Amino acid sequence: MSKAAVTGFLNNGITVPKQYFAPLLITGILLAAHISFGILDSYQKLLTAIIFATATELVLHRAVTGKFRNLSSAYVSGISAGILVRSPLFWPFALCAAISIASKYVLRYKGRHLFNPTNFGVVAIIFIASDSAAVLSIQWGNNMWAMFVIWAVGLISLWKINRLNITMTYILSFVIFAWVRSFYTGDPFLAEVAPLTGPMYQLFALFMMTDPKTTVKSRMGQNAVAFSIALLEMFLRLNEAVYAPFYALFIVGPIALIIEDQIHQRKLNGQSKSELAQSRV
Amino acid sequence: MNKQRIIQIAVILFFISLLLAPAALKQLESWRAEEIPDNSDEIVERYGFYLDEVSEEIGVTFKHVRPELDSKIEHINDQIASLGASVSVADVDNNGYPDFYLTNSEYGTANALYINQGDGTFVDQAAEMGVADVNREGTGVSMGSVWGDINNDGFEDLVVYKWGRQELFLNDSAGQFTRITETAGLPDWMNANTAVWLDYDNDGNLDLFLGGYYHEDIDFWNLTTTRIMPDSYEYATNGGRNYLLKNNGDNTFTDVTEETGLLEIRMWTLASSSADLNGSGYSDLVLANDYGVDELYINQNGERFINAGESAGIGFIPKSGMSVSLGDVMNQGQLSIYITNISEAGVLMQGNNLWVPSRRSSGDELEFQNLAGNLGVEIGQWGYSGKLLDLNNDGNLDIYVANGFVSDEPNTDYWYDYTKVVGGNRNVIIDANNWPAMNGRTFSGYQSNKIWMNDGAGRFREVSSAVGGALDLDSRSIAAADLDQNGSLDLIVANQNGPVKVYQNRVSDANNWISFKLEGTASNRSAIGATVRLIWDDMQNIKEVSGGDAFSSQSQRAVHFGLEEKQSIDRVEIRWPSGAVQTIENPEINTKHRITEPQGA
Repeated sequence: MSKAAVTGFLNNGITVPKQYFAPLLITGILLAAHISFGILDSYQKLLTAIIFATATELVLHRAVTGKFRNLSSAYVSGISAGILVRSPLFWPFALCAAISIASKYVLRYKGRHLFNPTNFGVVAIIFIASDSAAVLSIQWGNNMWAMFVIWAVGLISLWKINRLNITMTYILSFVIFAWVRSFYTGDPFLAEVAPLTGPMYQLFALFMMTDPKTTVKSRMGQNAVAFSIALLEMFLRLNEAVYAPFYALFIVGPIALIIEDQIHQRKLNGQSKSELAQSRV
Repeated sequence: MNKQRIIQIAVILFFISLLLAPAALKQLESWRAEEIPDNSDEIVERYGFYLDEVSEEIGVTFKHVRPELDSKIEHINDQIASLGASVSVADVDNNGYPDFYLTNSEYGTANALYINQGDGTFVDQAAEMGVADVNREGTGVSMGSVWGDINNDGFEDLVVYKWGRQELFLNDSAGQFTRITETAGLPDWMNANTAVWLDYDNDGNLDLFLGGYYHEDIDFWNLTTTRIMPDSYEYATNGGRNYLLKNNGDNTFTDVTEETGLLEIRMWTLASSSADLNGSGYSDLVLANDYGVDELYINQNGERFINAGESAGIGFIPKSGMSVSLGDVMNQGQLSIYITNISEAGVLMQGNNLWVPSRRSSGDELEFQNLAGNLGVEIGQWGYSGKLLDLNNDGNLDIYVANGFVSDEPNTDYWYDYTKVVGGNRNVIIDANNWPAMNGRTFSGYQSNKIWMNDGAGRFREVSSAVGGALDLDSRSIAAADLDQNGSLDLIVANQNGPVKVYQNRVSDANNWISFKLEGTASNRSAIGATVRLIWDDMQNIKEVSGGDAFSSQSQRAVHFGLEEKQSIDRVEIRWPSGAVQTIENPEINTKHRITEPQGA
């Protein structure tokens, strides 16, 4: 089936407004995964994360802009925090969700937020509350079919929104670097590539690093960023960082956006200069 | 300053305050922490008890040795061979003083049976009594032991469960044990890490539950495959087989696992405990499973067990269950369940579970809620064992948690490599060949044991650094017994690949106590499964005579109650496994009562 056909089917079969696509997708995946092998510690903790994310968004957006905004993005951040944070306590879920949303309003560069909100929230929790919370890494089922379904749904969705190249570049780079790490450390190649088959990477590679708001626009740039994340991750992994992909995105993501802006500015400046020169002529 | 600027600053301050919140909470806790007194008398005055480590002083010098397994798994030998240190208590010679048995786990090493001399010292008489030499090459090595009078002759017999062939010894009452392994009908080979005695059908003979961890096809010294690891970190389905063995009354056992409904799933069972949780008069089973959910099996009139884990609320979230301890934490006449799991900062935060019967819980439908977080006993570390016991005789159950997995080279860590593999697909995780070599690295090692003291008002506080007992060996098994018969529960802590530690418990004189040593007649003679209910004013507390609990351990048979400063109690109700109910009015306090089941009751 061609991409046009898939898109057509999706568009003609069920019409989903663009802003609700991501919330529906992540809710569907969460429900499927939870019903098939119970990935959530509790609905209450998930609900806590969603409530704090949406409430923070509601209050901060209103305070900053004076308007109310659609809460679908906050819902996605809340649900992501609910899945990714692992703690027997409730407050880390609330804190991660609130930090994720608040980071969008504080850490800004030329009018856009620099960090993927959930990525920032998760990294913050690892640093400030590691004795009370962890992040999904080894907890979840290892069911092969469930894994295939999540990858398939995720990849088709990325194809539809033109972000498939990011994930594919990252996966390919990760596998190559897994081989390099295996060669360097002497650990089995399968051990090095194993994380890619786990749940943390499904969420990371399919949803977090492809977030349209915090990825660069050019396809070449996206591929370069995905490759850079995998490369930095390799060095972090050689230093035994358990949450290496989150740290790599945390570092590379904002730098990439700033570089993209600089290039864009330079182009604009170049254009203005040539227009000025032409007008002088 | 315009309004927009003020809002911007407020948002930034809000963001910073979120980032600083955990540090602020921690600082608040440290300000609240009490200063620890310098001398132990002041500590006893403040906390009600103090633990003096007296192992060598009383003649206990045993050191556990871990096994060396097949060279195919040499690269991760330290984590696989991380089990086997255990302790079980029994009055072997019926002189009124508790003795204890310790297991060793390398081929050629001896197990120890420390006989209480009654003067505060112990002598290892395992070899003379015939229970030392059980780690012979080709028969597997010891993982634990439990005592129970299987032939109702008044002397405690011994099962040693192993990774290998299970061993059964009859206590012949003359200071000797007779090995009846070959004729008893125990499994030929299994990788057992837990056993508990219970009389599941109340026929007066003790039956035996054995829990398998690794699959029973695995012989760790002659591996035919390296696909021996769990097939999932949270939903593993390839664990060892469990057994329920019915005592035929002639020193033989029959496997009734399947017909009693205990063969439905293959979990990685690490701990088991038994008690009548729903007041039916029959013993139920609680299993703590690694790589999966915990299980609660409700006994159906001594005929079958029904898995009620999910409906009761305890069998839903998969964790790394390692220990089961039962006790009336809320002094409400109902047993709660404490199960330890793993909490490793920044990597894995499972939290321990304290399952307390909810208000809606009834005999027909049990329902528990996890109050570990509310009561402050959730975040342990790598908690191999968690034991509910009243350390200061204040009438409230405290908790001792044995922590630590593999202590090797300091300042090294295997967690990163572990997370790499166990997060992967089942085909990766299941094969030991895919696991990175440990190379002498520490894995959640050098962790201090925790002692959570119950204040009786709904909070526990960690006091191990003040009251002694803050051991940082790789502790596995804990047994409580009044070794010196002075009215306080002393502790024996078995440590993996390390020395056993015995703690004498010095308790405040202000607190009273009472204990009951039961002997069945129509019921099994060990009285395992008998329930003792202490009633005073409008309060009550319940304890059950246990056939083994926590991780690889068995505490003293006598049930011990702290009474705080109470000078009397109204009555004691004893419900025997036979169904007989005995009431004792106004029993004398600060006394050890020996109670025999009334004939023809």
